[in-house]
Amino acid sequence: MKRISISPPVAALILAALLFLLSGLLPNGYGSNVSVAIAQATNIVRLAVFLGVIAAGQTLVIISGFEGIDLSAGSVVTLTAILVYITVKGNNHMVLPALLIAVAVGALIGLLNGVGITFLKISPFVMTLGMSGVVTGLILLINHGNVSGKVAPIMTRVIARPLAPGIPIPGAIVIWLVFGGLMWLLLERTTFGKNLFAIGVNRVTARLSGVDVVGMNLATYTLAGALTGFGGFLLVGNTGVVFIALGQPYLFPSIAAVAVGGTLLSGGKGTYWGTMAGAIVLTLITSLLTTMQMPESVRRMVLGGTLLVLISIYGRQRGFRQ
Amino acid sequence: MKRFSWDVMMSRYPSFFAFILLAASVLVNLALQPNMFAKATLNSNMRVFLPLIVLAAGQAVVILVGGIDLSVGGTVSIVNTILATQVGLDGSPEKMWQYIFVSLAVGVLAGLVNGFFIAYLRLQPIITTYATSFLYAGIALFILPNPGGGIPAKVAEIYRSTTPLGIPLAFYVIGVIFLVWAYVRSTRYGRYLYAVGGKAEAAYQTAVPVTQVQFSAYVVSGFMSALAGIAITMLSGSGNAEIGSSMTLNAITAVVIGGTAMSGGVGSVFGAVMGAITLGVIQNIVSFAHISTWWETLVKAAIIVAALATPGTIDLLRRKRS
Repeated sequence: MKRISISPPVAALILAALLFLLSGLLPNGYGSNVSVAIAQATNIVRLAVFLGVIAAGQTLVIISGFEGIDLSAGSVVTLTAILVYITVKGNNHMVLPALLIAVAVGALIGLLNGVGITFLKISPFVMTLGMSGVVTGLILLINHGNVSGKVAPIMTRVIARPLAPGIPIPGAIVIWLVFGGLMWLLLERTTFGKNLFAIGVNRVTARLSGVDVVGMNLATYTLAGALTGFGGFLLVGNTGVVFIALGQPYLFPSIAAVAVGGTLLSGGKGTYWGTMAGAIVLTLITSLLTTMQMPESVRRMVLGGTLLVLISIYGRQRGFRQ
Repeated sequence: MKRFSWDVMMSRYPSFFAFILLAASVLVNLALQPNMFAKATLNSNMRVFLPLIVLAAGQAVVILVGGIDLSVGGTVSIVNTILATQVGLDGSPEKMWQYIFVSLAVGVLAGLVNGFFIAYLRLQPIITTYATSFLYAGIALFILPNPGGGIPAKVAEIYRSTTPLGIPLAFYVIGVIFLVWAYVRSTRYGRYLYAVGGKAEAAYQTAVPVTQVQFSAYVVSGFMSALAGIAITMLSGSGNAEIGSSMTLNAITAVVIGGTAMSGGVGSVFGAVMGAITLGVIQNIVSFAHISTWWETLVKAAIIVAALATPGTIDLLRRKRS
């Protein structure tokens, strides 16, 4: 007998579409105005890009298993965003070096996480939590209360504005699609991807089948840090300003996006396009609650409740059996 | 011979290192603050540490059974807002005692909700309690949208300056926690806690009521969160819906510094209490060492990471030598 089952990413996307359609019926919704609806939908996806990219590194470390998680993602985003901001200083020709700095600093922090987790046997949760504290300390030190810098016009042009006058799709969405394609290639078509799932399922069997578990673990955290650094670069390109709490609000949503996208938090199973769907759903719910002008308290309760319902539908682990 | 004893100490008493760490940090603190053990100083320090100590003790039970509770800060906030709005600055002490019972019931209820979703619906603890943390924080903000209200000064005074036999109140609370834990550990239930955390599947097959044990751990954590909420309300004397939000991750750090493994099955409440005191003492050291404000966060985080890294480093060095 075949059970009818919808994969989590599809379920998440259907939910997103449904919620979006319903939101049109709200008093201040788009009603029957199709062009406004499209503009709203585009804007939500544009906002989801940043959460989605930041959640990419999170997806990798979570798939790698062994309680893998990256709690330093939020502060790494802030740090790299600030570094980009002060490196670029409004000059177009400094954009590429700034991007490299952001990715390299992210990778370095990721590598330190990996070293602590792999060699010093610190659990990922507290290692990355401690690292988050260290990075926050660094931010305060660099920042000293205020930073002077500026994003380059080309960053705003490419990330935040529509592609061309006639095409209302922001560059960020195109970047995300390409990014998503690369993530798919990485996870599904490379040895790295195969090994990642292998160590996520079972480290012992992976090691016995010839996977360099230590190397994979280091590489995964380093790559995750680098991707998070890229997320910081994109984010500052969109906001145009930096502040100390820029990245922190993305931390737990990035984990939630991974979970909503159907990736097992215990590792070994997951997709990046699930995370993309998860990022869209979470961004949609948040912005709907904002549009409905709900007070902060109700917004939090609804977000928590929705998350509970979502994971109750397909986040259940196997029961115990004899 | 020396090597033998170190390894035995580390493996038989997971909180052995936590004790060394606590002793070391107390010594450093004593050097910077010679009057540390004066009655008034000791009392003012311990009453500040107590909420986190209580919270960490509850968190330790959850982490022991292989779970995690990210919602404890939310519960602390709910309790704080209930007391601040319902008792009020001019309330009677009788009213305070009544609402302390209400608070404890609310804490247990919060734990029941977590336990139901995690133990009975088999949802993943980290994402479930993340969702309920939003739910609880939202409820707290709903009860008290803006900081304000409070409890009668007379009641707050009981918490702040009761020192029976010249010993700060906090030590009596710690004593009770230690006694209860020592008893629990000797019971069948205590052994179940370790069995479930070590390997839930194996525990299930040896007829340990895994679901009920997991469920109970979250209820204990909810109850302890309510106690922590009562303590911090009596400490601050006022209401603020965000009061608990920064405590969750600190409590988890305290548990891990105390030698409890995030994967469960190893550790103790003793260690968690020592870990929480150590965190408080580190904060003291940083503020007494006349470090410039911009450096404080970084130094504190670096000390914590170093503390987390030390057992692993020692282990690594020992293995290399032999």
